[in-house]
Amino acid sequence: MSLRGTCREVGDVAIVDFSGRITLGEGSATLRTTVRELVTAGHRKILLNLGDVDYIDSSGIGELVGAYTTVRGASGELKLMQLTKRVRDLIQITRLFTVFDVQSDESAAISAFRTK
Amino acid sequence: MAAPNQRMEVTLDTQLESVDLAENIVTRVAEAAGFGEDDLHKLGMAVREGVINAYNYGNCQDKRKKIHLAVELDPETMVVHVVDEGCGFELSDVEDPLAEENLLRTSGRGIFLMRAFMDDLAVRRGPTGGADLVMSKKLPHRVSGNGKS
Repeated sequence: MSLRGTCREVGDVAIVDFSGRITLGEGSATLRTTVRELVTAGHRKILLNLGDVDYIDSSGIGELVGAYTTVRGASGELKLMQLTKRVRDLIQITRLFTVFDVQSDESAAISAFRTK
Repeated sequence: MAAPNQRMEVTLDTQLESVDLAENIVTRVAEAAGFGEDDLHKLGMAVREGVINAYNYGNCQDKRKKIHLAVELDPETMVVHVVDEGCGFELSDVEDPLAEENLLRTSGRGIFLMRAFMDDLAVRRGPTGGADLVMSKKLPHRVSGNGKS
């Protein structure tokens, strides 16, 4: 299953609901393109909902890091929410919990943007 | 080292589709060997990372080169070889992706994940001089030690 992303907005936060796999090739490219388009459109608070992403490989992790640096480079913030256990474990063992702000649900994530 | 009881070899093209294909082949063999869902995920991911490594770094996406996948089963262990036709490398030359200065790199985590998800990983020199990634995992009944088979 390839990656699909649906964008919506809650206040000034752009939320992307992803489903599928973030892996080498199409999945990684979809993530990259989606985040770059949001930044180009002027969004600076971006929340990636990974609740329906059940698989990420090293290319997908690299793409998440690339998305993070893209948004930070535009003086914005990127957060992740609703990680599945396997994705959470992967973020944990790669020490990326020290990089990403991971939130359990949407309201907590939006509140986290507002407290900045 | 004793010869494996069963060995299967597949030659894959250097193309993206080979990553999924290798993962599917190895997880099917592993499932038949008795691995559970969690281990199947880890094995599949490790093999996936091995083939991505061969595709990107070993064969440099050169479609004229091949990726050689072999799966060996003996009574205790499943061993997977991913062999490319590149120049080879040493594990000691691979940077630590957990180091603070490498955390924001967008690549370089594949070897780390193979090590994390398998019991053992070695890099040897393949027959054409490329890397032979040798990853192994104990069969489940050998890990539990409960005598079940």
